Amino acid sequence: MGLFKKKTVLPKRTQHIEANLANSKIHVKNVKKIYHSAKGDTLAMDNVNLNVLENEFVCIVGPSGCGKSTLLRMVAGLDEISDGEIIIQDHSIIGPGADRGMVFQAYTLFPWMTVADNIKFGLKIRKIPNDEQDAIVDKYLKVIKLEKFRNSYPKELSGGMKQRVAIARALANSPEVLLMDEPFSALDPQTKADMQLLMRQIWQVEKPTVLFVTHDIEEAVFLSSKIYVLTSRPGTVKKEIPVYLPYDRDLSLKDTEAFIKLRKEVNSLIDHEQI
Amino acid sequence: MIKIRIRKEIEKKKYLLLAILSFVVIIALWTLASVTGAVDEIFLPNPAKVIQYYISAIQDGSLWENTRISLYRILLGFVIAVVLGIPVGILMGTFQKAEAVIRPLCEFIRYMPVPAFVPLIMVWVGIGENAKITVIFIGTFFQLVLMVADDALSVPDDLINAGYTLGTTTPMTIFKIIIPAMLPRLMETLRMMIGWAWTYLVSAELVAANSGLGYTILKSQRFLATDAIFGGIILIGILGLITDRIFAFLNKKLFPWAEGGH
Repeated sequence: MGLFKKKTVLPKRTQHIEANLANSKIHVKNVKKIYHSAKGDTLAMDNVNLNVLENEFVCIVGPSGCGKSTLLRMVAGLDEISDGEIIIQDHSIIGPGADRGMVFQAYTLFPWMTVADNIKFGLKIRKIPNDEQDAIVDKYLKVIKLEKFRNSYPKELSGGMKQRVAIARALANSPEVLLMDEPFSALDPQTKADMQLLMRQIWQVEKPTVLFVTHDIEEAVFLSSKIYVLTSRPGTVKKEIPVYLPYDRDLSLKDTEAFIKLRKEVNSLIDHEQI
Repeated sequence: MIKIRIRKEIEKKKYLLLAILSFVVIIALWTLASVTGAVDEIFLPNPAKVIQYYISAIQDGSLWENTRISLYRILLGFVIAVVLGIPVGILMGTFQKAEAVIRPLCEFIRYMPVPAFVPLIMVWVGIGENAKITVIFIGTFFQLVLMVADDALSVPDDLINAGYTLGTTTPMTIFKIIIPAMLPRLMETLRMMIGWAWTYLVSAELVAANSGLGYTILKSQRFLATDAIFGGIILIGILGLITDRIFAFLNKKLFPWAEGGH
């Protein structure tokens, strides 16, 4: 009797994983990416598995060419998966959608719209009532501290400001997850540090679920609650590292011993190219 | 020490002054060559004679009448090419299947000499106004389709992807992102194409015409009336320049948000 019970109650290993993912927002399962060309097929990513839980801030780091941006674009539905599955909430994705907001490395504000109209774009598409739209725009203009630029056109903004509006535009649409593809890599070091702080503050208040790709290890450690390190091509997950650092963070954290230690640990995991 | 720098900007006034100066120098050389008799008047008429031609053409009303009918032909041919060409171009720049069908065809036809079509056009649509409009249309349409497709293709992928991640469907992406994003470039394309339309005017008025600026030039050729030929050519140039400036002005006014603009 006892033996029988044990057999049925104890789930198989795979089921056990599923059970743990009750609050999983992004589940990447055995994903493979193959590029086809005239010269033949290239295996870019193989057997990628990762999990982003609700309200988590997860960073993906890895050597250049490991496919981390491709992975993010596959989650967004902008690139095709060669094999495997990506599950958002409880459904497998087939293409891009408003449930996965994205901030790109390049500036992607709509140049013919004002800052306010850019933020409003997704809300209009989803036919949110007008007064609600205005309230949401007001809220996010405040979050990104650009109230004064409500009626400016993107060409009047600096690079950092453009990315702030892009973040607001994605968040205003209240996506299930926020995907960020090296959003600060084109900015100067000072602006970049300011943006990291702002991003962390936004996350601490708004609690969006974030999947963030970067090649900057310091940035990853500062922002995230969990880091995935990918190997060089064919990219796969080398290690999952929880970030046990204080919850309330400011830029002085980067000078603490714990931060530096973790930064070095992550750095040692990255495959460096032989030069 | 580099004194003359590449792409160094100059003041607007200086630019304008140099532009006017180039016209003045050409006119001066022309006057000198004809007045001194260095070049025979059959080859190069006296500027005064050209002005005289204008005055008499204005007085008998023929100048205005010919300009009006030529403008009508150009505008109608151009508008039809634009109305049909823009949707086809956008389709081609948006869907590769459409491109595969349209691009090779357009690339093939656009190298065909338009004047060679004139006899065919006479057979197809007769010798009336339609024939002239058709010449302008054929001259501009295929080129326009290719250029509009390039304008649509120039919209960055990530702008389209940003739309998708904000919830746009494919038709929405075309109408709310691709078309507004390409508009400034589209206007530039139209500006180029109206220029092409003007250059096809003479070919258009080869077809059994008895009016128009192109026809006037062709008729004057028979009488070796070089003053009238010069007058017609210069007038077409001026009208072309005016339409070009109108488009440039509209572009500036309509799209103040465009990057790289003033």
